[in-house]
Amino acid sequence: MGRNLEDLLIFIGKRFLELLPVLLGVIVLTFLVTHVAAINPCPRWYPKGSPAVIAHCKAQFALPLYTQFWNYFSQLLSGNWGASQLGVPVLPVISSAVPATLELVLASMLLMVVIGIPLGVIAAQYSGRWGDHLVRILYLSGWSVPTYVGAVIAAVFLGPYLGLPTSHEYSTTSVPFPQYTHMSVLDAIIAGNFPYTIDAINHLILPASVLAFINMGIATRMTRATMLEVLPLDYVKAARMKGLSNFIVLYKHALRNALIATVTVLGLTAGGLLSGTVVIEEVFAWPGIGAYAFASLGGGGQPNFDGAIAVTIVFAIGVVIANLISDVLYGVLDPRVEWR
Amino acid sequence: MASPQRPSVVRRFLQLAWRNSVALTRVLRANPLSFVGFVLVAITLILTVIVVVHPSLVVPYGASQNTGVYQEPPTILHWPPSIAHPFGTDQGGRDIYSDVMLALPLDLGIGIGIAGTSVLIGGFLGLVAGFWDKPGTAGGATSTVIMRTTDVFLAFPSLILALAIVASIGRGVWAAFLAIQTTWWPFYVRLVRGEVLAVKHLPYVTAARAAGVGEGRILTRHVLRNVMDPIIVYFTLDIGTVLVTFSTISFVGAGIPFPGPVPEWGSMMSFYQGAYLLSQYWWYITFPALAIFMTALAYSLLGDGLRDVLDPRTRRALTQSVTTHEPPPEEPPLQAATTETSEEEEAVEETEMRS
Repeated sequence: MGRNLEDLLIFIGKRFLELLPVLLGVIVLTFLVTHVAAINPCPRWYPKGSPAVIAHCKAQFALPLYTQFWNYFSQLLSGNWGASQLGVPVLPVISSAVPATLELVLASMLLMVVIGIPLGVIAAQYSGRWGDHLVRILYLSGWSVPTYVGAVIAAVFLGPYLGLPTSHEYSTTSVPFPQYTHMSVLDAIIAGNFPYTIDAINHLILPASVLAFINMGIATRMTRATMLEVLPLDYVKAARMKGLSNFIVLYKHALRNALIATVTVLGLTAGGLLSGTVVIEEVFAWPGIGAYAFASLGGGGQPNFDGAIAVTIVFAIGVVIANLISDVLYGVLDPRVEWR
Repeated sequence: MASPQRPSVVRRFLQLAWRNSVALTRVLRANPLSFVGFVLVAITLILTVIVVVHPSLVVPYGASQNTGVYQEPPTILHWPPSIAHPFGTDQGGRDIYSDVMLALPLDLGIGIGIAGTSVLIGGFLGLVAGFWDKPGTAGGATSTVIMRTTDVFLAFPSLILALAIVASIGRGVWAAFLAIQTTWWPFYVRLVRGEVLAVKHLPYVTAARAAGVGEGRILTRHVLRNVMDPIIVYFTLDIGTVLVTFSTISFVGAGIPFPGPVPEWGSMMSFYQGAYLLSQYWWYITFPALAIFMTALAYSLLGDGLRDVLDPRTRRALTQSVTTHEPPPEEPPLQAATTETSEEEEAVEETEMRS
């Protein structure tokens, strides 16, 4: 029937192959933006560069376009992603920063699921009444808050008030256990170090909550809309008539159907979540790729050409992978989708 | 022959205005929050017009002007909010209220401009890609090219791509505008194409084609008109989102330089961010931030309310959930389509009679 393991592998493989042209397009578009769109980019990329550095940069940009593209493309493929102006290579820094960002993004996705989806259920349950309006104000506020403002309110006011730390992953600079995954909470759990696990979770709460609050609207909105579609259906009425409690009917019977669409939409929030990390990681001194992007793209007045290219591509790859996952999840969760 | 045409145009305009205002009241009555959003949106628009036409009515001081009232020694220029300076003054003696108000036309212009241009570009490409997508034809090839390009753009988080563009082409309001614009239009291509694909095989379109209506006319009168609702919703929602994104780009330092002739909320925030962390000068950044928040919230409230009413899925669900105890009203799509067709045919007849 098209729903066995072999079909699933073909399904995933097909989706994966469809991504390859998109990835190539990402590489080309990044080249166009960084190499072609600008007229005289060298002084902007090296604002404090010596004349020799500027001259070297100008010589690079003076090459014919296809040579430039070939250099850029072969650099990307060979894994030599260049270095910052101070000579710090880009790729090792990024690959050690990715897990921290992944941890932050996954934590806020968890919050979006745990808080955002029940909020959507509440909004649907009280649709057109005050519960609905309050939820709507909450998620629209998240949409309307500039990321920086949300992060600073959390860091300057909420953090001290709640007694939560507002920077870095741990309270101490060095940790007494090996960091295999570079995800603070996971590392502490693997090491079996309970105090450090609590410490890491405390450090994660504020940045993850801000990131979740800003992006929660999509999950809540989607849950509300699909719940409103599901609630009038006969099987929900049948569940009520059986005498099941309101809670069971809402969260077990109705939500299970509504979740399919919501899970798919969660994958689509990856772009917003990753965009959010740029400012949030900067404010909370989180050692992830967002803070690196902030610095590379000129946030601190010291832009980094190779780093900028790298973060642009890495973020795009992140979105592409998230879309792939949500696509596959949709196929797995919705029994009507055939996998061939 | 010109005179009989005039009243008909006026009547048509009045009819349209009436129909739209009926739709608007329906939206506003459906949800008190949409009403709040509508009022806030109206206030921002009216204030914008006043600031552009006759600024001295609402803005007491010039842009980034040292108000100089407090220059007697000891020279303290930064004063907390008072009657004379409702949002306080900053360390340069600038009246923050004036700067926030003067930034309104630019910021609203950025939001509406970027969202509007995206609707035009993305909407056009989406119409083309959705309407002429038969494989093996020139239209099909164009459609494929458009959609693959859109996919690539959509793969980037828009903020990152915009920041990369700003970092390489330079700073300033036009660079930021161009950067956000470049990342914003692809969403509309996908949206409009999806809607067109859903609409173009409906019976009323087939009927119009069978009646001999030309392709261009089908596209503009029969398809475009029926995909307008989601476009309006997302346009309204996007005005706020663009503002927020623009403020983030300004925060990274790529907006217009703030103490300058044209203030902008994002660059004001970016300029005041250091003072905020000292938290004793809380009023520096609070008011520009509130301005962004309130404006974005206003358009989001309105857009979200519009979506509830205009989106057929939510609308059907809402009406059904209200009447859960009665059998759900069956809404066969055919019926809607036929009414639509008759309306369209009336319009066609009317125009043909006129010409």
